[in-house]
Amino acid sequence: MRAVSLVALLAGISPLAQAGNPLGIFNNAGQDAQELSRLVALFGGVSIAVIVLIALLLISAIWHRRTADTTGGRPQRDEGGMPWIYWGVGLSAVVLIICMLFNLKTIAATSTPADDDGALTVHVTAHQWWWELTYQDPDSHKVFLSANEIHIPVGRKVKILLDSADVIHSFWVPSLAGKMDVIPGQTNVTWVQADEPGVYRGECAVFCGAEHARMEFRVVAQDPKDFAAWRSHQLEDAPQPQDAATLRGRLVFESRCAACHTLRGSSAAGMAGPDLTHLMDRSTLAAGVLPNDAGHLAEWIRDPQKQKPGTEMPQVPLSETDLAAIVAYLRTTH
Amino acid sequence: MLVTVDEAERHERELEDIWETKGGPFFGWFISVDHKSIGKRYLITSIIFLILGGLEAAVMRWQLAQPDMHVLTPEAYAQLFTMHGVTMIFLYAFPVLSGFSNYLWPLLLGSRDMAFPRLNAFSYWMFLLAGIAMYVSFIAGRAPDNGWFNYVPYANGTFDPGVNIDAYALGMILLGISTTVGGINFIVTLIRLRAPGMSLNRVPIIIWGTLTASLGNLFAVPSVTLAFVLLWFDRTYHTHFFDSTGGGQPLLWQHLFWMFGHPWVYSIVLPAMGIVSDGLPVFCRRPLVGYSVVALATVSTMVLGFGVWVHHMFATGLPVTSLSFFSSASMVIVLPSAVAVFAWLATIWTGRPQKHVTAFLFFAGFVILFVIGGVSGFMTAAVPADWQLTHTYFVVAHLHYVIIGINVFAVVGGVYMWFPKMTGRFMNETLGKWSFWLMFIGFNIGFFPMHIVGLQGMPRRIYTYPADVGWGTMNLIITYGAYLFAMGVLLFLINVVISRIGGKAAGSNPWGGGTLEWSVSSPPPPYNFKLIPIVARRHPLWEEELGEGQDRSSTNAKGFLLNHGRETLGTTMLDAEPDVILKMPGDSLTPLILALALSAFTVGLLFKLWIVFGIGGGISLLACVFWLWPERSLSQVER
Repeated sequence: MRAVSLVALLAGISPLAQAGNPLGIFNNAGQDAQELSRLVALFGGVSIAVIVLIALLLISAIWHRRTADTTGGRPQRDEGGMPWIYWGVGLSAVVLIICMLFNLKTIAATSTPADDDGALTVHVTAHQWWWELTYQDPDSHKVFLSANEIHIPVGRKVKILLDSADVIHSFWVPSLAGKMDVIPGQTNVTWVQADEPGVYRGECAVFCGAEHARMEFRVVAQDPKDFAAWRSHQLEDAPQPQDAATLRGRLVFESRCAACHTLRGSSAAGMAGPDLTHLMDRSTLAAGVLPNDAGHLAEWIRDPQKQKPGTEMPQVPLSETDLAAIVAYLRTTH
Repeated sequence: MLVTVDEAERHERELEDIWETKGGPFFGWFISVDHKSIGKRYLITSIIFLILGGLEAAVMRWQLAQPDMHVLTPEAYAQLFTMHGVTMIFLYAFPVLSGFSNYLWPLLLGSRDMAFPRLNAFSYWMFLLAGIAMYVSFIAGRAPDNGWFNYVPYANGTFDPGVNIDAYALGMILLGISTTVGGINFIVTLIRLRAPGMSLNRVPIIIWGTLTASLGNLFAVPSVTLAFVLLWFDRTYHTHFFDSTGGGQPLLWQHLFWMFGHPWVYSIVLPAMGIVSDGLPVFCRRPLVGYSVVALATVSTMVLGFGVWVHHMFATGLPVTSLSFFSSASMVIVLPSAVAVFAWLATIWTGRPQKHVTAFLFFAGFVILFVIGGVSGFMTAAVPADWQLTHTYFVVAHLHYVIIGINVFAVVGGVYMWFPKMTGRFMNETLGKWSFWLMFIGFNIGFFPMHIVGLQGMPRRIYTYPADVGWGTMNLIITYGAYLFAMGVLLFLINVVISRIGGKAAGSNPWGGGTLEWSVSSPPPPYNFKLIPIVARRHPLWEEELGEGQDRSSTNAKGFLLNHGRETLGTTMLDAEPDVILKMPGDSLTPLILALALSAFTVGLLFKLWIVFGIGGGISLLACVFWLWPERSLSQVER
């Protein structure tokens, strides 16, 4: 981390490694991301040095002192120019080769597949415009679905399998790893690792339609113990309704929302939209568009198109009381 | 055969009569095959597209100036960024260079026209119709909205139904025809139509640039045409070339598109680099340093350019070995680029730069923008760095430094330089300097921060962004800078208009240039050269000053008259020995008719209007027959 900051500082781009940019590429929290930004900083530093050098050469080439012109502007041949090309290209070649070696070294370091056996594997399916998550496990009873918020244990490489349900997307958590495109018909693999607990933001990086701009997700890196607790909690069903209002809410949900959504603990088992079993454990709604609180949840269900124009979620006609009941029920899905 | 200039002057009226376009200003406009008119049309049309693309950008920059703005809907934004990219890359950046090349080639080479004048006119009409085809769907309410590289499966009918993508496909196929015939014309012109004595190592660098671009396009364009035809099959007949649910491959599109796309990038910069390589020497009062290596660098850039397309696809999950190869190949482009940069620097250093001439300012400014655009390309060529940088505003910054820095600055500088040749009038220098500084400062304020906001994680092609990601300040600066740049461009356009009307009169060689175009009057007569000169040096007009050897070019002294109808001299490929007198066709309406019929044919095919398809195809065939019908006036005669 310090080495990266130092190089970045040398490159004059340290102001970029700032906390105000949660999606910035210099806020690395994992080994691979650190390797990547070190290479960006190295290449950036070389690039800035080249720009400054050429700018200085250009300025002095224009304004350097010359002997008085006695020819009245007639063209002249000066044979002294070629060494510029010899030296310029020669030095460029040396710098280039050094940079190429660093490049190949970093490619080797960051693309070596981690030990596959026993790695925690999350299967991510990108949709227009949200992320479906399947936590894989050899024991099929321990497989569960979630959406838009990937929990991982710190200090471990987590394998991410990437599939698309529709068009091309790209999976990107700048603090943890570089991008990997999500392409229909092929399963791409990437790895993320966080060395410090925290919430790291991710986003879709390839244009995928109207709401490409609002297809965020989060990676929540937890202490291994907390992660294990979270995971076993996710395997449970949503709590049963405890009062008349939430019970009614579940009934309305089952009749109006079940075509698309699954919610374990109710009879809803639709597959088109996100699994909502533990919706209240997530911090945002609609793939990072809205904070997850009662007011925004109601707004979102009332008119999804207003909150996220183009979203696949239809506007389901609901009376205010039905809406309130659904919200009340969903608020219990911890 | 050789006649002196005194004798030629007696035939001036005769030549004028042979080469002038008849038919009056209206009809004449449609039938002219004069490379100078075609060149100017290319320039004006592409600059109109530049203005359209600029307006689209201006609206987008307003939308992005602050977080969560609502100037545009997501759908409108998608159409704008797509049309902006399509317009700038296909309808401005390449055609504008075709404009320069068309106008200048015969003048630089000492010829009376291009090798295939009618094909030249046809190429322009096809370009115009392709541009119209792409814009028609805009007017119809829904323009292409999937970005200029139009990735499948989003471009499939399932996700993007309607005529918009079909119109894009149609436009690209038509443009491909235009580019291909244009390229063939440049190649044959170079091989056959150089003035006697202008051996291959005496042609100006812009010729090398356009030649390389033309050769590259001949190999690159089929790839994109194929891609769009396959896409059209997928959309129309539900084939599965790109559809993974039917066994197709979305990545196939990306390969086909970028196999074309990357060489295309070089074809929109190499001729522009040629403009600077030929312009700087004029304003530094010395020949270009390292002519041979610069020419070789031009060609090798294109050769390498065919082996780097995968650097657009580093994040698609391809095998690491392949990524390493394409990464290293992309970085090697640094070397030919370094040759050009140090040649320009050396030319300025060892010359006497005329720092107060607007054209020089543009060319010198170009050098530093070239370097900035180059090194950011070098950064993205590193695979691991690219995993962070690709798909972000860093790449947007890079490609604008390439397309504006290397193309627009060279083009505007080129206009300041050759405007006196084209019109006989100087452009206003005071306005010129204002336009340069506004453009240069505005461009850097507007586009340099895009690198930073890219490092801050802003992806491309988003219509808005939330406040908490911290991109607001940079975006506001970018918008102000972009508007400043736009004002500079506007000032340049105003300058063009007022200088055309009332600019100071310029003689035949206002800048004291050394190449052949400066030996004829400004504007040049329809026949270009009274006498086709014999060339002895790379700079026929600087021979006395440079004092190289004894033999001299015969510019404006003696040469070939060729006054038996439209004729020009064919020479041999390497040494340009006089070989044959080529009969040139006259003005003709056929190119326009063929272009219209071929467009109707394509429109009919794409929209399944079978009557239009049939009529268009029929007329196309007839027009080809008419075009190729042997004419007595075009047959070779012994004399």
